[in-house]
Amino acid sequence: MSAIMVSKKVLRKWEKLPGKNTFCCDGRVMMARQKGVFYLTLFLIVGTCALFFAFECPYLAVHLSPAIPVFAIVLFFFVMATLLRTSFSDPGVLPRALPDEATFSGPRGEAANGNVPAGQRPPPRIRNVQINNQIVKLKYCYTCKIFRPPRASHCGICDNCVERFDHHCPWVGNCVGKRNYRYFYLFTLSLSLLTIYIFTFDIVHVVLRSVDSGFVNTLKDTPGTVLEVVVCFFTLWSVVGLTGFHTYLVSLNQTTNEDIKGSWSGKNRVQNPYSHRNIMKNCCEVLCGPMHPSALDRRGELIELALAPVPIPASKNNKENPQTTKTTAPLIPNEHTPDDVKSSIAPETEGDVEEKLSPLENKPPPSEPPTPPPADPAETTAVLEEAF
Amino acid sequence: MRPRSGLLIQDTIQSGSRRTFNMAETHSLQDMRQQAAIASKVFVQRDYSTGTTCQFQMKFLPELENRIDKQQFEETVRTLNNLYAEAEKIGGKSYLEGCLACLTAYTIFLCMETHYEKVLKKIAKYIQEQNDKVYAPRGMLITDPIERGLRVIEITIYEDRNGGNGR
Repeated sequence: MSAIMVSKKVLRKWEKLPGKNTFCCDGRVMMARQKGVFYLTLFLIVGTCALFFAFECPYLAVHLSPAIPVFAIVLFFFVMATLLRTSFSDPGVLPRALPDEATFSGPRGEAANGNVPAGQRPPPRIRNVQINNQIVKLKYCYTCKIFRPPRASHCGICDNCVERFDHHCPWVGNCVGKRNYRYFYLFTLSLSLLTIYIFTFDIVHVVLRSVDSGFVNTLKDTPGTVLEVVVCFFTLWSVVGLTGFHTYLVSLNQTTNEDIKGSWSGKNRVQNPYSHRNIMKNCCEVLCGPMHPSALDRRGELIELALAPVPIPASKNNKENPQTTKTTAPLIPNEHTPDDVKSSIAPETEGDVEEKLSPLENKPPPSEPPTPPPADPAETTAVLEEAF
Repeated sequence: MRPRSGLLIQDTIQSGSRRTFNMAETHSLQDMRQQAAIASKVFVQRDYSTGTTCQFQMKFLPELENRIDKQQFEETVRTLNNLYAEAEKIGGKSYLEGCLACLTAYTIFLCMETHYEKVLKKIAKYIQEQNDKVYAPRGMLITDPIERGLRVIEITIYEDRNGGNGR
């Protein structure tokens, strides 16, 4: 016969989240797996700005105005804040459906519920909804086991369904979706401004200095300028272009994903049902709309109980069925109540189990089974089911 | 479902930063969870007819027919819909919040709650109250939709062991 030793481990929910994200700072930071390009972005921005502050600013502050480096600092701070906010936040990931929900709302469940008129059944993995007099097809995601809300899409790189999915951006190392689109837009906008600003003042600086000491000498005195100009030149074309593109999307309340797929291109008289038909209204909604909360409670706590049989010498209960040695079987988290659980464990070990089921108390494991304390595992049995 | 070896019970006892679980559950909820087995779960789906704003369908599900009356159920869903509409309202206040946050490069949210989060707390309180007063006495429990990604309102129906509850 064996007693059962219970060990309790407290985890945070992010440790058990499916999908291919990486988490840092104990769940506060959420990013994609490949972060190499993001580090490059950081390096380019910080490096170029450092060169600007080292080479240009001293000269310009003296010869032109001290406001120049001050404004550069403010702009740099804004760029970094929006970049980090875009990269580190949850883009709007939809948590995967638990098995019950998947069965109830899944494609077969829908048909069983009689939601689909007989004889006119659309393919089960598509659901039609009408939004502002437009038929929108909701597709079923087999990975997440949900019908995707309108405008949501599954990101293959992060392996998550993301609401209002725009695109996966390797430069920020994260998906861009409902929750971080405005930060992404402000990042591209402020980066464009910063790039133009540095480029302009580089030219101004070179010109001013060349007047005094000649062009070649200027370049020899401030070699960083050349590097900055090269980086800014290439950045300008890409980032300013990107900002322009996203400004266009924002004014129409479209996502990159929809634009690429041509969802609202006007073919077959299909129009964007989410647009307010007013540029100001669209911009305000996208950029100044409500800040949606994360549906992933990354820092919530989970308690993991692991049971393992421990042999004990006493053979008091030979009459107990051998099921007690199979500690995994009765405790399959399939909505069993504590009563069901307790009844299938040998009585002499009941004390141990109940001791450990009292949450958040560090009681030392008893040397022999004590009389069971009054059972009050209300908190622990609140959800006796697998989270995922 | 095959059990995973070594890992048996995962349990949520307390959420971290924002959504703190109300640990002082009422006696009826405790009793129910200790004594009742789960009979079934029903899921109230989202209503997308007005767009992507968070609204739930008012359709009365057949499984709830002999547990609760239609009015009560519709009242719950309607109140939740109104609360979510309040959270997502686009107007002067949300613009002000957005602009202020933008000016501070969103660092202001390190010390301040967003309007949406404030309303979510209201919603959690409302659901707790509905559970205590209406659903638990009838052998049911509502799960806060945020726990399910704002996709569904999950209603857990417990088995009628005592014979007294449920009608």
